[in-house]
Amino acid sequence: MSEANISQQKNMLAKRIIPCLDVKDGKVVKGVNFVNFRDAGDPVELGAFYSKAGADELVFLDITASHEGRKTFVEMVEKVAANVNIPFTVGGGINELSDVERLLKAGADKVSINSAALRNPDLINQIAANFGSQVCVVAIDAKQEENGEWVCYLNGGRIPTERKLVEWAVEAQERGAGEILFTSMSHDGVKTGYPNEALAALADALRIPVIASGGAGTMEHFKDAFEKGKADAALAASVFHFGEIKIDELKAYLKTQNIPVR
Amino acid sequence: MQVAIVKYNAGNIHSVVHAIRRLGIEPILTDDPTLLQQADKVIFPGVGEAATTMQYLQKTGLDKVIKGLTQPVLGICLGMQLLCKHSEEGHVDALGIFDIPVKKFSWVKGIKIPHMGWNQIGQLKSPLFAKNQENDYVYFVHSYYVPVCEHTVATTQYNGAFSAALNKNNFYATQFHPEKSGDVGSLILEQFLQL
Repeated sequence: MSEANISQQKNMLAKRIIPCLDVKDGKVVKGVNFVNFRDAGDPVELGAFYSKAGADELVFLDITASHEGRKTFVEMVEKVAANVNIPFTVGGGINELSDVERLLKAGADKVSINSAALRNPDLINQIAANFGSQVCVVAIDAKQEENGEWVCYLNGGRIPTERKLVEWAVEAQERGAGEILFTSMSHDGVKTGYPNEALAALADALRIPVIASGGAGTMEHFKDAFEKGKADAALAASVFHFGEIKIDELKAYLKTQNIPVR
Repeated sequence: MQVAIVKYNAGNIHSVVHAIRRLGIEPILTDDPTLLQQADKVIFPGVGEAATTMQYLQKTGLDKVIKGLTQPVLGICLGMQLLCKHSEEGHVDALGIFDIPVKKFSWVKGIKIPHMGWNQIGQLKSPLFAKNQENDYVYFVHSYYVPVCEHTVATTQYNGAFSAALNKNNFYATQFHPEKSGDVGSLILEQFLQL
């Protein structure tokens, strides 16, 4: 029996499908164009739509730069918490513990931190100590250099760091991260599939769950991320928002491929 | 119906408030012993660390109040673990309603800790579950678990079976989060409120 089969027998935990929504000034932006919506940008209505379609979790990313926008984001989190009955993660603009506290108080289940964790790794320890590891998702943007090494980037992929992907993910885990969300900058938006080799390297090095992000173009890409990449969850944005892949159809497909899904 | 939710220093309590509201009932969030004793149903939620939470419950006297409740009580996640005898998390004695110790998942390759995400419940034997809920998916987040025991009324497989739900007399408990488990979870909360 293959290693994959043995591990599946021990573990019927479903692989998670996670739509990611960008939020600006309290509204979901970027390519959400469903019909029959009173307000296509309403996070609550979209969250409920995805939840009904079978999404296992939701991620809301605040892309607002202004102080006023941040306040609106917290109000949005409160509305989502009151109305959506599946877990959701929020990210974007989290720099210190007080940002985390505000978002968790508003009802978010988890927070995702990225550049702030690279700049101040102790933030991970602080979040874990104050609120538990389960709320702390460490997001990593990385790019494969010509020598084959994966290097972590800051500020949405604009500034390279000295950090290597696996090394940083392991450090984040040791500091108290509950999950790693890995986005390959080389794959994001290209729709040629997830970076399965790098995902598998992460899965082998970590004992916490790994979320694959960036690169999904077809349903097979999700299957590959779970099988070849050994990911625990897969996140995508535009393929869901544009209706290119419907979550219920994706799950039906994954079931036929013997991937455990809800 | 008066539904009281135990107010204490744990995270995630508001999610339970929202979930009860979605069922059309306005719950009270309180640490007042009299209000808890008078309520028709009491929910003891919780996300947090066992030892520090137990210290808080002992300091405030809530430990004795919860143990003495006679109406249906639902412990959720850490709430369930604290209704057990002892927890390996911080090696602390807990409330002892369920005579079973809470253990830490041991890490083996391919089994991630925390057990986080949607998993199936089975071997259901409690009015907490509706008909046809066998193998339904519910949402879990935990690193410690309750072994299968005489009080187990639902099991889940994660490198072996553990207790997904417990019941003894008026005390019910779920390791998973019904308040975050979509329509399946809402149905379980509804079943609890009908007990």
